[in-house]
Amino acid sequence: MPKDGSVTSLDGLGKPMWLVLELTYRCPLKCVWCNNPLDYDSYASKELSTEEWKQVLREGRELGALQLGFSGGEPMLRDDLEELVAEAESLGYYTNLITSGVGLTPERLSALKQAGLKQIQLSLQSAQRTLTDQLVGARVHDLKLDTARRIKAAGFPMVLNVPVFRQNIDQVEEILALAEEIGVDYLEFANIQYYNWALLNREELLPSREQIDNAEAAVNRARARLGKRMTIYFVIPDYFETRPKACMNGWGSIHLTIAPDGAALPCQEVRVIEGLEFPTVREHSLQWLWHESPLFMKFRGDEWMKEPCRTCDEKEKDYGGCRCQAFLLTGEASNTDPACAKSPDHHIIESAILGSRKPREHKPLIMRTPGGTTVIPS
Amino acid sequence: MADTTIQPQDKFALNPMFLLRWEKTQDAYVLLYPEGVIKLNASAAEILKRCNGAATVAELVGELQALFNEDDIIVENGIYRFLETSHAKGWISNQP
Ligand SMILES: C[S@@+](CC[C@H](N)C(=O)[O-])C[C@H]1O[C@@H](n2cnc3c(N)ncnc32)[C@H](O)[C@@H]1O
Ligand code: SF4
Ligand code: SF4
Repeated sequence: MPKDGSVTSLDGLGKPMWLVLELTYRCPLKCVWCNNPLDYDSYASKELSTEEWKQVLREGRELGALQLGFSGGEPMLRDDLEELVAEAESLGYYTNLITSGVGLTPERLSALKQAGLKQIQLSLQSAQRTLTDQLVGARVHDLKLDTARRIKAAGFPMVLNVPVFRQNIDQVEEILALAEEIGVDYLEFANIQYYNWALLNREELLPSREQIDNAEAAVNRARARLGKRMTIYFVIPDYFETRPKACMNGWGSIHLTIAPDGAALPCQEVRVIEGLEFPTVREHSLQWLWHESPLFMKFRGDEWMKEPCRTCDEKEKDYGGCRCQAFLLTGEASNTDPACAKSPDHHIIESAILGSRKPREHKPLIMRTPGGTTVIPS
Repeated sequence: MADTTIQPQDKFALNPMFLLRWEKTQDAYVLLYPEGVIKLNASAAEILKRCNGAATVAELVGELQALFNEDDIIVENGIYRFLETSHAKGWISNQP
């Protein structure tokens, strides 16, 4: 997936260069920060078939897609993954697998290599077994490390994705050392974004400014030490900056996600916005969905902007921020992202940060389970 | 070549993470890698195509001087500069 700060020196020219297939929302883990929909459970019966995914792959190439991510949920739960990778390879995509590692057995790893898979992004949550296992709700820490080593041994370039939150941010140094020892090519510290499960647990997950500064300093020391051997991404969460992220490089600009049920989405979170319709590849061509559907037209370009964005000289830089965050925090998707200090709603962000600093009772964490009924007691 | 670390007998190859190929929808060669896409201009693509681990820089210069309708010195300087940038960016490495 395109990382903040990564190079795309290619002007998309209106093409969906990055295509992400969320093959399924099913997952054996229960991460408390998961950005999958709260009602992920209701998609299981609507997943696209192998043939339908292949059709998406063909139409995506015709539209000019180059980078392809297989994600989810846990993509390893689809037993047609190898077949889809082979199809994507024959069509000329650069194929990336985005996985928790659960289900990536030695047999399947070599089958994926055979099928031509180019790169693997593995998520790891902590350098400590007990913490990882608690926060994802399963004993998988050792398995993940073992999988990371097997991925490197099989000759794949690897991204290690570490979602960052209050509980693990002070372990940045230990995680860096672990990544170095494994031989990771790209290490991405992804300060989590607060949608869905992460938003439910925001009060407990949001780190403090001081923690972020310390982590960033540790990353900078590692960068100086490691040079070209490992590329490290560390992006400060937008809550702590005075400007929003250039979300998805602009709505409907270079990014296209297909959800498990075939809905074509400008970003994977967009279903949090109420009042929009989400047509699927079962009813429409990808061509129509990308170029003409009301969903993709809605916030494309800058016609839709209100003040302060409309007349702001920074709108080419951040496109007014994230529509989902604007909706979730202000109730109106076309508002300026409240992460921006120029937004009249910026106080919402400031009080969330203040709230995370106050000494107070800890709340239990809600795990990703049907209905969110499972909790980690405080 | 006063200010370069690149030698005529060096042999460069594309690093395994990178994939160079013709992309019809862009009407150009593109360099694909885990985190991005780079669109190459025609001369950059001609240089990278020849980074196969077998050809020396000197051979590459000779071939491209024959191919491009340009002053030989300009072509040679351009190639050294591009190889240096590509090396610094980690696209290619020197083969033993
Ligand atoms: C939703 S997961 C799906 C793939 C697989 N289950 C995994 O966890 O790697 C895709 C990526 O998003 C990351 N992620 C999950 N929740 C996130 C959040 N709230 N903000 C940012 N990244 C998140 C995960 O760490 C993972 O790298
Ligand atoms: S983030 Fe965790 S719960 Fe969500 S899909 Fe990935 S592994 Fe599963
Ligand atoms: S006002 Fe809008 S365009 Fe200007 S910096 Fe803030 S979010 Fe970006």
